[in-house]
Amino acid sequence: MTGAPPEIPGETSEAKSGTTAPGDPPSWRLTLREIVAGNVLTAVLALVLAVIVGSLLVAVTDDEVREASKYFFSRPGDTVDAAFDAIWGAYTALFQGSVYNNRVDDPATAIRPLTETLKFAGPLILAGLGVGLAFRAGLFNIGGRGQMLLGGAAAGWIGVKADLPAGIHLVVALLVAMLFGGLWGALAGFLKARTGAHEVIVTIMLNYVGFYLVFYALSQESILQAPNSANPKSLPIQDSATLPRLLGDRYTLHLGFLLALVAVAVVWWILNRSAFGFRIRAAGENPEAARTAGIDVGRTYTVVMLVAGALVGLAGANQVLGTVTSGVTVDLDAGIGFDAITVALLGRSRPLGILAAGLLFGAFKAGGFAMQASQGIPIDLVLVVQSLIVLFIAAPPLVRAVFRLPAKEAA
Amino acid sequence: MTISAAPTTTPAEEAPTVVTVVSRKAPVVLSIFTVGLALVLLLGSHDGDTTFRLSTRDDLFQLPAVTVPAMVTAWLLVVVMAAIAGWSWALTLRERPTPLWLVALFTVAALVSFLAWAAAGGTIPVVGLLGGAIALAVPLVFGAMSGVIGERAGVVNIAIDGQLLAGAFAAALVGSMIGSTWAGLAGAAFAGLLVAVLLGVFAISYHVDQVIVGVVLNVLVIGLTSFLFSQVLAPNAAELNSPPRFKAIEIPLLGEIPVIGPVLFQQTAVVYLMYVAVAVIAWALYRSRWGLRLRAVGEHPKAADTVGIKVNRTRYRAVLLAGAIAGLGGAFYTLVSVPQFNREMTGGAGYIALAAVIFGKWDPIRATLAALLFGFASTLQGVLSVIGSPVPSQFMLMLPYVVTVFAVAGLVGRSRPPAADGVPYVKG
Repeated sequence: MTGAPPEIPGETSEAKSGTTAPGDPPSWRLTLREIVAGNVLTAVLALVLAVIVGSLLVAVTDDEVREASKYFFSRPGDTVDAAFDAIWGAYTALFQGSVYNNRVDDPATAIRPLTETLKFAGPLILAGLGVGLAFRAGLFNIGGRGQMLLGGAAAGWIGVKADLPAGIHLVVALLVAMLFGGLWGALAGFLKARTGAHEVIVTIMLNYVGFYLVFYALSQESILQAPNSANPKSLPIQDSATLPRLLGDRYTLHLGFLLALVAVAVVWWILNRSAFGFRIRAAGENPEAARTAGIDVGRTYTVVMLVAGALVGLAGANQVLGTVTSGVTVDLDAGIGFDAITVALLGRSRPLGILAAGLLFGAFKAGGFAMQASQGIPIDLVLVVQSLIVLFIAAPPLVRAVFRLPAKEAA
Repeated sequence: MTISAAPTTTPAEEAPTVVTVVSRKAPVVLSIFTVGLALVLLLGSHDGDTTFRLSTRDDLFQLPAVTVPAMVTAWLLVVVMAAIAGWSWALTLRERPTPLWLVALFTVAALVSFLAWAAAGGTIPVVGLLGGAIALAVPLVFGAMSGVIGERAGVVNIAIDGQLLAGAFAAALVGSMIGSTWAGLAGAAFAGLLVAVLLGVFAISYHVDQVIVGVVLNVLVIGLTSFLFSQVLAPNAAELNSPPRFKAIEIPLLGEIPVIGPVLFQQTAVVYLMYVAVAVIAWALYRSRWGLRLRAVGEHPKAADTVGIKVNRTRYRAVLLAGAIAGLGGAFYTLVSVPQFNREMTGGAGYIALAAVIFGKWDPIRATLAALLFGFASTLQGVLSVIGSPVPSQFMLMLPYVVTVFAVAGLVGRSRPPAADGVPYVKG
């Protein structure tokens, strides 16, 4: 492991030309410059490259393609056709499942996939912000799973057990989720600050500890388990504590997505406009220099992990109170705690980047389920494409070499 | 990273240039564990005898099972622990560090005390417990060796989990197709190597942040193996996903030593390979030209370059070797443990191996011991769930991880990685 904090993804040399500093020209001009300088171009090409690799994978493993390839040398066209059909089918299903379903006539039904995408994007953005914020302070928060579990279970505990008036009930549940997730994160930050314990080990271990704590809570009727049940599962969340649906009962999109948008704005403000954000970035870029400048780096670590954990805890509440309201289980994190790492990396740890990355991955998730259902292609393909996108985007020189673009001029 | 409260710096009076730094963390943590265990014994007192079974039925030399009164034994050992903690305090006050063997002795006392208490009225199969611990530690040890080699050369290897998983997948596939365990093992090493090639290309040649590459490669391998499993392996399980298994081989003479024999020398070939690997790596890293160069590249690449060592080539070789080693570890899952591949079957073991690397302070032997401790903890969970223990099972399962947090915060503390760990080398 790095003793020095991992290089902050937003601050790599390739990204320097795109970082905004106070006093820079307005954003549209920056955007223009970025396109010219090629950052956006390499991002798009990275996406293309990842999709091509994914396509190859689909084609190679498709049954019809393999059937046709047995007589490849007598009729090569068949193989190509079958491969094209498989790839086309996969990506059409992905699109229809995530953006617009053009197979139905009713536009209100056709845009349903888009709302599904937004629903999946909500927790990814929230948890991605938590991981990204810690990244900016030079901390690698692998503890998303534990923080989500604690936050989600705490939200569920309030949502199931407390009897509060509608509205207040939901707010209390969200706050308690943030508190529990935040404390779980702060524990890692505090240990790092006081004893130098490596946050990577501590957060990994806290994932397991958190899992068993929640498991224990779910197997005790006095805490969370549904009465007279053998399963580690709670009762459904009371209606007064669920996140209300945003577009009526026809769509499953709930308030969690708006919470995520608010969180993006808040984190942006913290990072770019507040003294605390300045301390975070200073500690992340050079802890020694920050200390010399009088910043209490240890306290910054603790507080940043508190905020990061609170954000991830909110993602857990988003799952329990909004997406799956039928009761708390140990699977409530649904892998989002780990997906959040890739979201933060793709978003280069910047709030708006994380928003975009969360939307993209949300679309992949929504579309992946549709693709699995209609084409029989395992949703794991989405993981492959996602990870390739992050890899390629992190290595612009490689993408440029593949597409034979000229090397980027020094900005 | 300072602002530490713990280390006390005391310049000796006669020679002001000599500075001894003694941390109080070791005695503090030992005391906390002693008090904690004592509290557990106080709160959960239960009578009965605990039997430690020292030999299995097939052993040549039969040792009698040792039966002890549970509570008395547990308390006696707590007294031993308290004595060790006291000794550690005395050493610290005299500004001397607590030696590793004392901590090891403390750990053993704590474990036996805990076992005696938890299994009151039952029997602990000591041989099965320890032998199982070694077997379960195999992927962790191989993974930790991979991590140590990579990081000593200056390349952070978070992709251990991906290499283990790729190894498990390839071992199942190749082993089933060829029908030979050794072919499966070779396939596993090759798959780990392929993941390492990707790590090398992105981290060494393209200077992408190594933590990022590692995490993303893990996701990529999970995605790839799960995808191929559902699309190719699962539908053709008979031909592609039913590898042969390694059988346990008893080493003559050594295998007949009481307790130690069945634990260490009645294992599978993969375990013996692990012994050899650890010994060779521990020796080569500190005693061979290869090891010296590797460490030079990880500590001060510029100096290494100046004396003519090819930094990036050395790093590439180290990363590829590390990948192949982790791949071998992955073979354990499909060629020893369960003879078929399943999606995400490593269950994050690579991250535990990573913890073992840091826990073991980037040293092969210490990292191996840390990995063995994790293996022991996993086996213990199984044994205790069979005998049934007074503590809710979830807390039992949680224990190793809690202990690790304490240990990392207290005993290991600010561990120092190789100086150039994670920093790409750009000549110039």
